[in-house]
Amino acid sequence: MPHRTVTPGPAALTHDPWLSHSVRIERLVEEMPGVATYDLVFDDPATAAAYTYQPGQFNMLYLPGVGEAAISISGDPGEPGHIPHTVREAGNVTHALAELKIGASLGLRGPFGSAWPVDVCIGGDVLLVAGGIGLAPLRPVIYALLRNRDQYGDITLLYGARSPEGLLYADEYTDWRSKGLDFQTTVDRGTAGWKGNVGVVTELLNRMSLPRPEQTWLMSCGPEVMMWYTIQAALARELSREQIYVSLERNMNCAVGLCGHCQFGPEFVCLDGPVFRYDRVESMMKVHDL
Amino acid sequence: MADGQSNTTERFLPQTGLQHLIDLLTTDGYEVIGPQLDQGAIVYDTLTSVDDLPRGWTDRQEAGTYRLEQRNDDALFGYVVGPHSWKQYLFPPLTTISTADRTDAGWEFQTPSEPPPRRAFLGVRACELAAMKVQDRVFMGGVYVDPAYQRRREAAFIVAVNCTLAAPTCFCSSMGTGPQCTQGFDLVLTETDAGFLIESGSDRGAELLEQLPTREASESERDLGKAARQQAVDQMQRSLDTAGIRDLLLTNMEHPQWEEVGKRCLSCTNCTMVCPTCFCSSVTEVADLTGDHVERQRVWDSCFNIDFSYMNGGVVRNDVRSRYRQWLTHKLASWHDQFESSGCVGCGRCITWCPVGIDLTAEVAVIRGSGSATNEMHTDVAMQGET
Repeated sequence: MPHRTVTPGPAALTHDPWLSHSVRIERLVEEMPGVATYDLVFDDPATAAAYTYQPGQFNMLYLPGVGEAAISISGDPGEPGHIPHTVREAGNVTHALAELKIGASLGLRGPFGSAWPVDVCIGGDVLLVAGGIGLAPLRPVIYALLRNRDQYGDITLLYGARSPEGLLYADEYTDWRSKGLDFQTTVDRGTAGWKGNVGVVTELLNRMSLPRPEQTWLMSCGPEVMMWYTIQAALARELSREQIYVSLERNMNCAVGLCGHCQFGPEFVCLDGPVFRYDRVESMMKVHDL
Repeated sequence: MADGQSNTTERFLPQTGLQHLIDLLTTDGYEVIGPQLDQGAIVYDTLTSVDDLPRGWTDRQEAGTYRLEQRNDDALFGYVVGPHSWKQYLFPPLTTISTADRTDAGWEFQTPSEPPPRRAFLGVRACELAAMKVQDRVFMGGVYVDPAYQRRREAAFIVAVNCTLAAPTCFCSSMGTGPQCTQGFDLVLTETDAGFLIESGSDRGAELLEQLPTREASESERDLGKAARQQAVDQMQRSLDTAGIRDLLLTNMEHPQWEEVGKRCLSCTNCTMVCPTCFCSSVTEVADLTGDHVERQRVWDSCFNIDFSYMNGGVVRNDVRSRYRQWLTHKLASWHDQFESSGCVGCGRCITWCPVGIDLTAEVAVIRGSGSATNEMHTDVAMQGET
């Protein structure tokens, strides 16, 4: 069997992989029009106590009668009791989810998939590059790194969005900076009052200093084309392919490698990903319509 | 579940003994499934009598062609494989995998717990035994085990039948999967003009064998069986050159042949429906009228369906070229990465049941004949979205 970076958490393995847990919306934050963050809690205290996840993993959220959607977990893995999911309305399930209020009941299977390499890069510099809603799967990394800030060198987040309103989690930026995150944002189009950067996120990467590229790890999540140019910029700055990690998305249906939908060459994105070391997927990212 | 190899010497079972076997299995509580004629094809369905078997019939198969013909004898197993495979009983085309009920306290979820049907499969061919092993690795060999498959698989009793002929579409020899059944059965039969040679491949197979009216096979009877099995080997015309096939295909992702076969392929999904190893599925929501009781039903899907690769950013594999390439490279190449075997057992069903007669062995031969092509960099891929 192929090498898998992550074994399933106890909550996912102790029962039928098709069985959802009952969860409830504990807190609901509208991040921007069409994007909201849902904090979910388990109805069953034993399930809640057993549930842990790693940064980058995802859950299948289930609305009976509508269907399931794969949503990455955007919370602090150190506090797995309530599990935030930042969701953009994009299909049937996410539209129906947007209709739900605090206290509503739904189903959850998970956590599934591989994780960002927060342990691998201990002692090194960490560069996070996110685009748009791609910050959501990276927020657990930010929490995890800042929780153990002294174990890492420079921690930098470069974050791009289409417009200033598209920058997620703005009320946390001050806190992150105060805890030692070097954080820069950029937008494709400024608005009145925007005094920050305008342009693509790779321009920020090209401008920043990378004092020790051989000990710098890049983790990137966003549109594939954004990740592609970010990777090219990082390679040009002498990061190796083994120091680069990306989070890919395909149509995840079963989340457990049994339905075939999310195949990306030999990879099941749900099992082998969504987080991949770049050298593992480089050749496939070059193939059209794979 | 049958996993043993032949562990007894061949015994002789007179032709009348086959009904005994069916009766014994039925008495043991098995629903016996076997080949029979239906709508101009030999398919698998429930049977209670040897008279349900396609006595005296054979199938004539070529790329895009399947016809039944009368044989000039009364053979019960004188044909190869038809449009059905045992996949439909182990990985059913429609299975309820979970249910949801609305209660005052919120949604409650359950998974089916009823015992699986006890089924005996009569007439399983070597390529089909190999296909079961392939699906075992898919559904039971990985990180997560599919309970629906596992329950059905463990409950199944397998009576294999050695092929005594090969269709022009068969290529199991080159896939190393046949035509002789060597493992994965409870009992195995070889049909001859005189009667059956029978061997057990498991303890429960041996137990059943003891209850059958067999006797020691004579040397000439064993020779008859050997000759019958050899006939299938000798008739095999087609082959797939599997040497280095994984790297061959994965380094030819931009080969012009994908475009060429994409022009002929109708993307009809026939090949994936008849394939005994294809395992792709989708889950649909089926609610009652109140919406308070919902079943999640898993149904067969196909990588040839356009919305199979749909994400919120759009369809990843938008043209037939990319969908055929996905199917063939998965079946013959990336399957090795995923499950440490080929996804093809050489049964030839995809060749026979393709309405335009696309032959995967020929497609591979074209790619093998013309070296590698270079990959192109992408820029307009689908957007990262609902994460």
